[in-house]
Amino acid sequence: MPDTLKLEIVTPEARTFSGDVSHVKLPAAEGEMMVYPMHVPLATQVASGEVIVRQGYEDVFLAIGEGFVEITADRVMLLSDMAIKAENIDEAKAEEARRRAESRLQEHLTDEETATVNAALAHSLTQIQVKRRRRHQIGAGAAPETEA
Amino acid sequence: MPSTREIRRRIRSVKNTAQITRAMQMVAASKMRRAQESALNSRPYASSMNQLLAEVVANVGDFWHPLMEDREVKKRACILVSSDKGLCGPLNTNLMREAAKFDKESTAFITAGRKAAQFVARTKRELTAEFDYKDAPLFSEARAISKQAQSLFTEGHVDRVDVVFTNFISTLRQTPETRPFLPVTEIKRLESDVEGKGGEAALPQGGTEFLFEPGPNEVLGALLPHYLNFQMYQILLEAKASEHSARMVAMKNATDNANQLVKDLTLEYNKVRQAAITTELLEITSAQLAQG
Repeated sequence: MPDTLKLEIVTPEARTFSGDVSHVKLPAAEGEMMVYPMHVPLATQVASGEVIVRQGYEDVFLAIGEGFVEITADRVMLLSDMAIKAENIDEAKAEEARRRAESRLQEHLTDEETATVNAALAHSLTQIQVKRRRRHQIGAGAAPETEA
Repeated sequence: MPSTREIRRRIRSVKNTAQITRAMQMVAASKMRRAQESALNSRPYASSMNQLLAEVVANVGDFWHPLMEDREVKKRACILVSSDKGLCGPLNTNLMREAAKFDKESTAFITAGRKAAQFVARTKRELTAEFDYKDAPLFSEARAISKQAQSLFTEGHVDRVDVVFTNFISTLRQTPETRPFLPVTEIKRLESDVEGKGGEAALPQGGTEFLFEPGPNEVLGALLPHYLNFQMYQILLEAKASEHSARMVAMKNATDNANQLVKDLTLEYNKVRQAAITTELLEITSAQLAQG
C-alpha cells in the first residue's frame, strides 16, 4: 500500500507544486476535505481557499482559486486558475489588487467584465486570508510547528 | 553603368531598410520570448485538463451533455486564428491554405485576428463573428470566442466546430493545424491519439467508478465549458508564439539580405569610382602627351 500521494497543482502559468505528500487538505465545493492515500477515485470542483499539504514533516500552505481536482488512490491532480505558496504572497500587493477590484465593481460593467473582476477579487481575498492566518499561527504557535 | 551618385543613394536607402527591419526583429524577439514562455508554461495545465476530462468521461458511464452531442454534419463552423499584422513570413499564407480546404458553402467562419477576417471577406466566405485578441492574450478573450462557438453549436446552427491555427513547435517551425473543437467526444479521441499517454493513464482506471461531488452532471457541466475555454486560450497563446517567432525569423532574414545587398552595392560603387578615376588619369596623361 502506498503511504504517499503524488500531488500536482497546476495553473495556466506554471506547475506550482509537484511531489509526494502524506496528506492534503482541500477546499472542495462541498466543504473542506482531507485526502489520504488510498482514497476512492473522486472528481470534484474546488472553491478558492487554502490548501494544506503535509510533505515529510513539514506543512506547505497554498492559496488557490477555483478549479477542479481529480483524486485516485495514489495521485491527486489539482487544476486551478491560481495557486500561490503562502510564503510567496505579497500581502500589500494582494491588498491593493483587492481595492482595485472593489472600486472597479462600482463602475458600470458588462456581465463578462463583472465575472472577471469578481474572480480577481476572490483571488486577492483568498491570498490575504491565507497570509493572515499563517502569520497569526506562526506568531502564536511557532512551537508546535517546529516540534512536528 | 550607373553613376556613383545613384549607387550611393541606393546604398543609403537599403541601409535604412536594414535598420528598420533590425528594429522590428528586436521587438519581435522580445515579444517572442514572452509569448513562447506563456505558451509553454500553460501546456502542463492544458494537458492535465485533457487527461482529467478523458478519464472522467471514460468513467462517468452514460452521461450526456449538449456539448457532447454527435450529430450528422450538415453545417460546420471554423474558428480561424491568425495574426493582426503581416510581415511574418509565410505564416498567414500557410494558415489560409489550410482554411481554404473547408467547403465554402457549408462552413461559417469565426475569426480571431485581422488577417483572418480579411481572408474571409476577400474569398467571400460566410463570416459569423469577428474577434480580436491582444499581444498577451487574455483568458476572457478566449472565453468570448469559445462561448460564441458553444452557443452556435448548442442552438443547432452548426453541427461541428474546428479550429484552424498555427501550432508553435519551435522558433524555426510553426505548422498550421486543424483541430476539432466541438462536439467534445472528438477532442477526447484526438488527445489520446496525439499524446499517447492519455490512453495509458485512462486504462488502469477502466474498471473503477469515479465518485462525483456534488454529482456527475454538476462536475462535468462545469468542467466541459471550462475545458473548451481553456483549450481556446491555449490555442491563442500558441498562435501568438508562432506569430512572433515567424516575424522574428522573417525580419532576421530581411536584415541579413539587406546587409548583403549593401555589401554588394559598396563593391559595385568602389568599382565604378575606381574606373572613373582611371579614365580621368588616362585622359590627363594622354592630354599631356599630346601637348608635349
